[in-house]
Amino acid sequence: MSTLVADTRAVWWRETLTIVRDPFSLVFSLLQPLVFLALFGPLLSGFAGGQDLGGVSPLQWFLPGVVVMITLFGTSMTGSNLQFEIMTGAFERILATPLHRSSLMVGRALKELTPLVVQGLIICAVAMPFGFRLHPLHVAVGLLLLGLFGVGVGALSYALAIAARRSEWIFWAVQQTLLFPLLILSGMMLPLETAPGWMQLASRFNPLTYLVEAERALFAGTFADPSVLWGLVAAAVTAVVGLTVGVRTITRSIF
Amino acid sequence: MIHTESLSRTFVTGRQSVEAVRGIDLDVGEGELVAFLGPNGAGKSTTLRMLTSLLRPSSGRAVVVGVDVAADPAGVRRRIGYIGQKDGAGHSYRVGDELVMQGRFFGLGRTEAARRAAALLGSLDLAGMEDRKVSSLSGGQRRRLDIALGLINEPPLLFLDEPSTGMDPQNRANLWEHILRLREQRGTTIVLTTHYLEEADTMAERVVVIDHGRIIADDTAENLKAGQAGDRVRLTVPAADAERATARLAPSGEVARRDRDGEVELAVRVAHGEQTLPRLVLALHADGVEVRGAAVHRPTLDDVFLSLTGRSLREGAPAGTVAERSAA
Repeated sequence: MSTLVADTRAVWWRETLTIVRDPFSLVFSLLQPLVFLALFGPLLSGFAGGQDLGGVSPLQWFLPGVVVMITLFGTSMTGSNLQFEIMTGAFERILATPLHRSSLMVGRALKELTPLVVQGLIICAVAMPFGFRLHPLHVAVGLLLLGLFGVGVGALSYALAIAARRSEWIFWAVQQTLLFPLLILSGMMLPLETAPGWMQLASRFNPLTYLVEAERALFAGTFADPSVLWGLVAAAVTAVVGLTVGVRTITRSIF
Repeated sequence: MIHTESLSRTFVTGRQSVEAVRGIDLDVGEGELVAFLGPNGAGKSTTLRMLTSLLRPSSGRAVVVGVDVAADPAGVRRRIGYIGQKDGAGHSYRVGDELVMQGRFFGLGRTEAARRAAALLGSLDLAGMEDRKVSSLSGGQRRRLDIALGLINEPPLLFLDEPSTGMDPQNRANLWEHILRLREQRGTTIVLTTHYLEEADTMAERVVVIDHGRIIADDTAENLKAGQAGDRVRLTVPAADAERATARLAPSGEVARRDRDGEVELAVRVAHGEQTLPRLVLALHADGVEVRGAAVHRPTLDDVFLSLTGRSLREGAPAGTVAERSAA
């Protein structure tokens, strides 16, 4: 177990070195969600204008969705760097070390999650003057939950990269094809309350839905809501499934 | 160092199954320098992947540095160095970072990893390159970095898969200089695959010839050449003497004949060319044949391969015909 942690840390640090040695790349990834917030936020206020939100800023509803979205975007791209390393040969060299197979995926997913913490904090700080109320402990738990979920998504992305190692475009085709239906059917950007029945039904089979609901409850400052528990279940299932599929893909693939 | 019993691997894709490696029995002792020689698709790399635990055997077993590859793959990886066909170092990383991280992957502490990284960079003529990006290195430098990556855990056994493919002769010689020096210093056992005849011939102390997933010969290059093919003795005589000369040479073996304006070139394979040639010349002289030219051609490993398989390694067998296919 202790070697698993040490292995994961080593893999995470190797990946993170690309940011440490070239911090400029981080600036853009930090700007992106802010641009999103700045352009979407005003529209959202217009939407909510006619509705009674009980004196709560619409940002309180929208912000958790943005944080889930950047998690999904970031971790679902975990495999793209891997494809490059499979192509050049670095991946094979790393496979020939005694590192735990699961640490290869967790370490890489955690690297994608590292800037996320900073991104999340910046978004919250920027949103506060516009009426967003920050509950630090709840947001921290929310980020941990996202971390667990992100490890699962990262592992699936990793497995996809290996499966699509002979043709790079397949990775992006599958990633993009899955990403948007998952996003929309989770009620992340637009509420699903007014959606037709089939969409509401489909959203119940989307693990992301439970995560978005859990994050909304947490960002609103409550632990007691059952959606938090369901969010934890959805994140844990995603992580277990992702890592199982990932490890199997690594051990069965021939490079 | 290595012990295998009927090590085999079959690849199944859809309803097709390809027997890439079919029952390899091999023993490699400490300190040996062994080359797996064979055409592309012969099963060399597949064998190497099984020995390095990167690929599970379909059947048979392999014990590498005292550890069974199927029972404890991570244990095998801890004890060996592996240098693959492609670049080991990540292109977007710095040289020093990659080497230190490789040490960390083997469980070394930070300071120990840094110490070994610095020492390896020094001994592989890469000192001062720590902060360079891997993508900015030349091909030869990248290959030496690969060697460093493979040696960070100070393995007693080092595997190299096609180490000098695509390198120019100068870089290849330089690479071998480094490999041989490290071997001398550390006593590392080395197993490599190659389809370069010259490389197997001049560098390896033992050549294991692999074809169609089987070992078809296993000896020193010298013995293989002497035993399998023999030397080729070539004699040039006037056309008029050709018949008498052929009769004299025939007991030694099959005589090849080539006519060249008024002269005939006769060639025959014999076991020890240098000793046989003077006797043949004297015998022909006694027969009244005028010998105008004589030469001994030492056989190459290609001649060995040709006599074993009927094919030349130089031309290379077309891919796909090499492995036998059968319906699963």
